Amino acid sequence: MSGAEIGLALSVFLACAVEAVEALTIVLAVGTTRGWSSAMSGVAAATLALAGIVAALGPALTSLPIDVLRVAVGGLLLIFGLQWLRKAILRAAGLKAKHDEIETFREQSEAARAAGARPSGFDGYAFTISFKGVLLEGLEVAFIVLTFGANQHRVPLAAAAAGLAVLLVVAAGAAARAPLAKVPENTMKFAVGVMLSSFGMFWGAEGAGASWPGNDAALLVIVPGVLLAAIGIVWALGRASDPVSDDQATPAEVSGQTTVSA
Amino acid sequence: MTRVNGFLIGVWEFVVGDDWRSALGVVLALALTALLAGTISDWWVMPLAVLGLLALSTRRAARGASRRR
Repeated sequence: MSGAEIGLALSVFLACAVEAVEALTIVLAVGTTRGWSSAMSGVAAATLALAGIVAALGPALTSLPIDVLRVAVGGLLLIFGLQWLRKAILRAAGLKAKHDEIETFREQSEAARAAGARPSGFDGYAFTISFKGVLLEGLEVAFIVLTFGANQHRVPLAAAAAGLAVLLVVAAGAAARAPLAKVPENTMKFAVGVMLSSFGMFWGAEGAGASWPGNDAALLVIVPGVLLAAIGIVWALGRASDPVSDDQATPAEVSGQTTVSA
Repeated sequence: MTRVNGFLIGVWEFVVGDDWRSALGVVLALALTALLAGTISDWWVMPLAVLGLLALSTRRAARGASRRR
């Protein structure tokens, strides 16, 4: 595999894993509270819908001229990546609340109990909540699979990386029988934001007609450069403001010294 | 609101999110890169734009977070 393909697989794997952890929390809450049959039907329907989106749009995107594809995909990835990175930076600097899987699980479970008695057969509530949870979390992953994969004509590789991430998260969730609260979600989101922004910048510029010094080797400078800039912004924001509370992420989390625990 | 409008708003929120200035900045940076394409220094626009957009975007958000406290 080339460096760009490793970057593709790693970015998709991390993005999919972090979204799968969030979807797992919703499905676990609904499944344990309302019953597994309808909840799993919702998961299956959403998974089919996501696979259909990737299967339908993948070939259409890969048929575009390479420069058009690169500037469009690069621009979209960069816009998307900057959103991920901004939120991850704010969380790491203690200026935005982190995703709390235990709290989300509790809220979803309470809502499921408040939704009324469980019907003996098909449970529309469990189906709908599971379907929406998986579909909404999965759409971001489908977008990343399509854009990253189409640009390198490796949609199957991107889909395989996403599938592997889902399998690992589901296996971990099944083993733990609880939300995966110890997963360092913000560190993973930080890494995804850096990768999306870096590749988006690289491909966007190439598609617009620019030539990078060293061609693909420029990524070896771009990715660490974006990472260092992001860490620098976390540090600067951390100095300029007091964290909201002790359980917020700290700049150290970005470098992997701590993990996010809910 | 029609379904088409709802769909378009959903797509806008999904892609652009809550910071349209960054999205606009990316589009302008790509356009400037295309204008400079073929010159000796056509690649530097995007790194500078990304660093600037990220710094400004996080600064705006941090100020908003400080005001809400």
